[in-house]
Amino acid sequence: MEQSGRGHKARREETDGRGRLHTEGQQAVFSAAFPYAMKHFRRITVRCNTRKGGDRLDTKTAAVKMVNVTKVFGSIVANDKVSLEIRRGEILSLLGENGSGKTTLMNMLSGIYFPDGGQIYIDGREVVIRSPKDAFDLGIGMIHQHFKLVDVMTATENIVLGIEEKGKLDLKAAAERISAICKQYGFELDPNQKVYDMSVSQKQTTEIIKVLYRNADILILDEPTAVLTPQETEKLFAVLRNMRNDGKAIIIITHKLHEVEEISDRVAILRKGQFIGMLTTAESNAQEMTNMMVGRQVELNIERPEPVDPKPKIEVKGLTVRSEDGILKLDDVSFTVNSGEIFGIAGISGCGQKELLEAIAGLQKAEKGSIAFVNDDGSREELLGMDPLSIEKKGVALSFVPEDRLGMGLVGGMDLPDNMMLRSFRRGKSVFTDRKFPRGVAENVVQELQVVTPGLSTPVRRLSGGNVQKVLVGREIASAPAVLLTAYAVRGLDINSSYMIYNLLNEQKKNGVAVVYVGEDLDVLLELSDRIMVLCGGKVNGIVDGRTATKNEVGLMMTQLRGEDADE
Amino acid sequence: MSKVKTPRFHISKRGIIPRRQTWLIRGAAIVLALILCAIITTMMTGLNPVKVYTTIFEGNFSTSRRIWVLMQNIAILLAISLAMAPAYKMRFWNIGGEGQVLVGCLATAACMIVIGDKVPNAVLIIIMLIAAVAAGAVWAFIPAFFKAKFNTNETLFTLMMNYVGLQLVAYYVIVWEVPKGSGKIGIINQATQAGWLPQIGSYKYLLNILVVAVITVLMYIYMNYTKQGYEIAVVGESENTARYVGINVGKVIMRTLILSGAICGLTGFLLVAGTNHTVTTTLAGGRGFTAVMVAWMGKFNPVAMIFASFLIAFLEQGASEISTMYSLNQSFSDILTGIIIFFIIGSEFFINYKLNFNKTGEKEAQ
Amino acid sequence: MFDLVSFIPRAVSQSIPLLFGSTGETITEKSGNLNLGIPGIMYVGAMSGVIGAFFYEQACKNSGSSLNTFIAILIPLVCSIIGSALMGLLYCFLTVTLRANQNVTGLAMTTFGVGFGNFFGGSLIKLTGSDVPSIALSATSACFSRTLPGAKSTGAFGKLILSYGFLAYAAIIIAFIAAYILKSTRVGLHLRAVGENPATADAAGINVTKYKYVSTIIGSMIAGLGGLYYVMDYTSGVWSNDGFGDRGWLAIALVIFTIWRPNISVFASILFGGLYILYLYIPTGTNLAIKEIYKMLPYIVTIIVLIIISIRNKKENQPPASLGLPYFREDR
Repeated sequence: MEQSGRGHKARREETDGRGRLHTEGQQAVFSAAFPYAMKHFRRITVRCNTRKGGDRLDTKTAAVKMVNVTKVFGSIVANDKVSLEIRRGEILSLLGENGSGKTTLMNMLSGIYFPDGGQIYIDGREVVIRSPKDAFDLGIGMIHQHFKLVDVMTATENIVLGIEEKGKLDLKAAAERISAICKQYGFELDPNQKVYDMSVSQKQTTEIIKVLYRNADILILDEPTAVLTPQETEKLFAVLRNMRNDGKAIIIITHKLHEVEEISDRVAILRKGQFIGMLTTAESNAQEMTNMMVGRQVELNIERPEPVDPKPKIEVKGLTVRSEDGILKLDDVSFTVNSGEIFGIAGISGCGQKELLEAIAGLQKAEKGSIAFVNDDGSREELLGMDPLSIEKKGVALSFVPEDRLGMGLVGGMDLPDNMMLRSFRRGKSVFTDRKFPRGVAENVVQELQVVTPGLSTPVRRLSGGNVQKVLVGREIASAPAVLLTAYAVRGLDINSSYMIYNLLNEQKKNGVAVVYVGEDLDVLLELSDRIMVLCGGKVNGIVDGRTATKNEVGLMMTQLRGEDADE
Repeated sequence: MSKVKTPRFHISKRGIIPRRQTWLIRGAAIVLALILCAIITTMMTGLNPVKVYTTIFEGNFSTSRRIWVLMQNIAILLAISLAMAPAYKMRFWNIGGEGQVLVGCLATAACMIVIGDKVPNAVLIIIMLIAAVAAGAVWAFIPAFFKAKFNTNETLFTLMMNYVGLQLVAYYVIVWEVPKGSGKIGIINQATQAGWLPQIGSYKYLLNILVVAVITVLMYIYMNYTKQGYEIAVVGESENTARYVGINVGKVIMRTLILSGAICGLTGFLLVAGTNHTVTTTLAGGRGFTAVMVAWMGKFNPVAMIFASFLIAFLEQGASEISTMYSLNQSFSDILTGIIIFFIIGSEFFINYKLNFNKTGEKEAQ
Repeated sequence: MFDLVSFIPRAVSQSIPLLFGSTGETITEKSGNLNLGIPGIMYVGAMSGVIGAFFYEQACKNSGSSLNTFIAILIPLVCSIIGSALMGLLYCFLTVTLRANQNVTGLAMTTFGVGFGNFFGGSLIKLTGSDVPSIALSATSACFSRTLPGAKSTGAFGKLILSYGFLAYAAIIIAFIAAYILKSTRVGLHLRAVGENPATADAAGINVTKYKYVSTIIGSMIAGLGGLYYVMDYTSGVWSNDGFGDRGWLAIALVIFTIWRPNISVFASILFGGLYILYLYIPTGTNLAIKEIYKMLPYIVTIIVLIIISIRNKKENQPPASLGLPYFREDR
């Protein structure tokens, strides 16, 4: 076939550089960030190098080759003539800001979306991927960011789902094979556990085994580490390297530069739906990648003004929360947030951050404890046991930017003014709504936060992630809060939008607002927060000064519970 | 070149399309449906298609009485649809309109029978009205309560409530049957006309129509300009968001369904006190279900719902005229209604999505 | 004294249409399609069978030949299956391909289907020139309601177990097969996944559209047989307009009552059938009205079950999670 010929001359770099993962300098950076990963890292590096002499797989023909692939959603061009190659025996990072089209591109490879234009070649042969089934048949397996599991089914049922084999459905045999795979890679999973009983990492394990079970040789992982603890991440990377060494082609979608550097052989960078370039990881650095990703030099420093006249605003004492199924989510949590400071909360995801913020906002019932709001005159209001409406009626100006923006913070199907009205519609005694006021707020937010939208009457669902977040934060700030709670305020946002949010939070801080910032990126937490509380398994594992604490220290506190002196 | 097969077309979501175009698509669907209906009618009756529509038209407009009957049918159907609209906007699938109307009818009739001769007429009518509204409201409140407290599936619950209501009516029809053994109640208070709504001039249906017109305006204002209407929209779009801004979702669900049921009860009151002066198990006549389709076709917008109910009532009456003229079965109109609704339902697809044909270099003109 | 031996066979024959309907609807709902058109489909299934049988009987009458039992069963059966399959196809085309709202489509199908049944019923009645508003297909019915050998000679046993037409046994067998397929086969696993979480099923390589179409059409065909049984066996071949009544809705109630399990439905349908005719067996004296209250029982019982499963909130007992929702892969 003549198509396969084209693949040959496509790329000339790599082959010799691939075995080595990192330059010396990068190793140092890496070891600082992930001290516990170092032991494994060396071993793996060695193993990679030994492969150099061994059998070489055919690296001339790309396992996957995408040519001028285009995808359009309504008026948004998600992928504009993207051309890309992935070879066997390599790990490729797909790097790009949010909304740059990484996931969309990979969804076309896994059959979730169908391209509007362009060609896809697998092993040099042009293919049409109409459905995920087609993708499986071609050996492509994708592990989605949002788990695609059926809640009421067991791990085994989920794993064998969709496999067409002759003969009877034998769940026992399947469970045995799953156990074998678990053993081989060191996963822990009960094949008969129902998904609704699983933790997040167990669910991801199920997802990964699902792909391994199918013997996929082209693996796509969409932000796989977002929900993992550092140890789990380390384990995952070890597995990925093993698979790479088996000659599989692996694609990782991520924003995290240190992960790119740690795991990948090459990096493909997308920006605003366009392919920007391909780098060999070992020959590049974070700065270059960032530049390609955002298109220009980005200031990496986050401003941190000194708190002015901090006074206690929120006092939480002995807060204990259980989930509906009786699991202890918060265990005797006590802390104080002051006005005029940014109070960071760090922790592995699912350590009670969500429950904590929702308890303060009146959305979560607590078993015991107290949450007091301290007025300027020193009088206190007990917030626990009140719903958001009664908190508002007490005159407590509390704003909350929840994690789930379109599912909780905003109404996706409504336009901007109607979304602004969510906070203001109760104003006045009239039975009718006042539409002028929210319209004004919407106009202000659009102008001041540079929200990109076709118009005020566009449903917010149609805006991109960053703009959605701007609308939400803008509305929450517009009500002049005394306390501002934010959960993962920059998750999924590109760097520019993230900085805009940091600036907004700092502005609030300067205005004397008590800002609570729940974050996942330690670097940001350390640069932005005045104090950082570290949660570990629902307990307060310490509160540190954001100016003096180190990443190592906080990272360690996230994973290991300290002794009895935890509460300061 | 490669011989890889590409799918001939695929489907993608449309961006926002102008309002006018959406109504054009719906209009085209209705026209197509009417053409198909004409073909089917021609096959059944041997009439030429033009004659079919002349007959349908005549069935509705040839005499002033027919026009009044049409207006009355539109009014009743619209009233029930208006009752459904806020519930559906809230994504509460109330398919219990039939039962809610019936218990309204039953409550009205009960008052007429039991206390018809004991209180002055004006007081009686007020009591009837309150009883009917309360009965409808209770009937809708029960599933709403369980939805709010335990998230009980409301589609199935309201469906079951229809038959509980129906059997309740069947029970009282036998209890109050006149004469004994006839299996029906007959005209209530024929002699005294106690509890009959007054006629405006010589127009039997005018009062009903006016009442429904007022409800339409009020419902439009309620859904679009009041705080409660806004709360309904928020709950319908996202319950989580509603909780987040302090809207008590359970309360809104119960409040809205009480309103929904109350309007159904009121419609039952209009049917019994205003026009029929009796109660039977078929008094709602499936309009509780048809109303769901009307509300949905009108996108829960009271103004658009006027047209939707006009279309349905117009066709039913026209088809029934065809049936009578050619001694066909009355159910003929159900077939036509079904076809029209299938087309309208189907047309929504072309409003929300577009087909992309994958011929090389060709793009579908949008 | 309550006469069980006469009550049970009546309850059973009353239960068969419900069992067909609920098995069909369960299969349909397992794919995430809430088909409220089932009552209409059962009418169409019945009427298609009636039309087929009617013309075959007419043909036999005209040619003077006698009815061939095999053909007399085959023609209505095939007609019925085709009729209800077309309805299922229509439902799928609208809700799956055109992504229309399931509830509205279902209600429209019921309006259409009941209209179809009554209209053609009425037309056939006119064709026969009969004075009574019904069609009698007694010859065909005789073929359908032929009981198992020994029904008469084995006393109570025969009456309770052997005295039904073949469709009754078919209903029970189909229900058990459906239960087995749903629980223990790959197809069942896939189908359940489609109804619980179509996006997941899709990502796993399951053809969601195909599963929805096939299960809904098969479900419709099974439900349609309920209509056929009713007219050919239960009413001995007499079609009267609206005679089938609200059994379609009762079948939907039964789906909830059995928490989406066709094997339970076999017994629950008999319970429902029993409740449906209980009023005939409870001495009410002159109080005829109270019978109407008894007819409420199946619905009230279903409501109670619905409330209980929602209060207990056990994951396995809930309706399929995506029931009633359309699925479009490129949604984002």
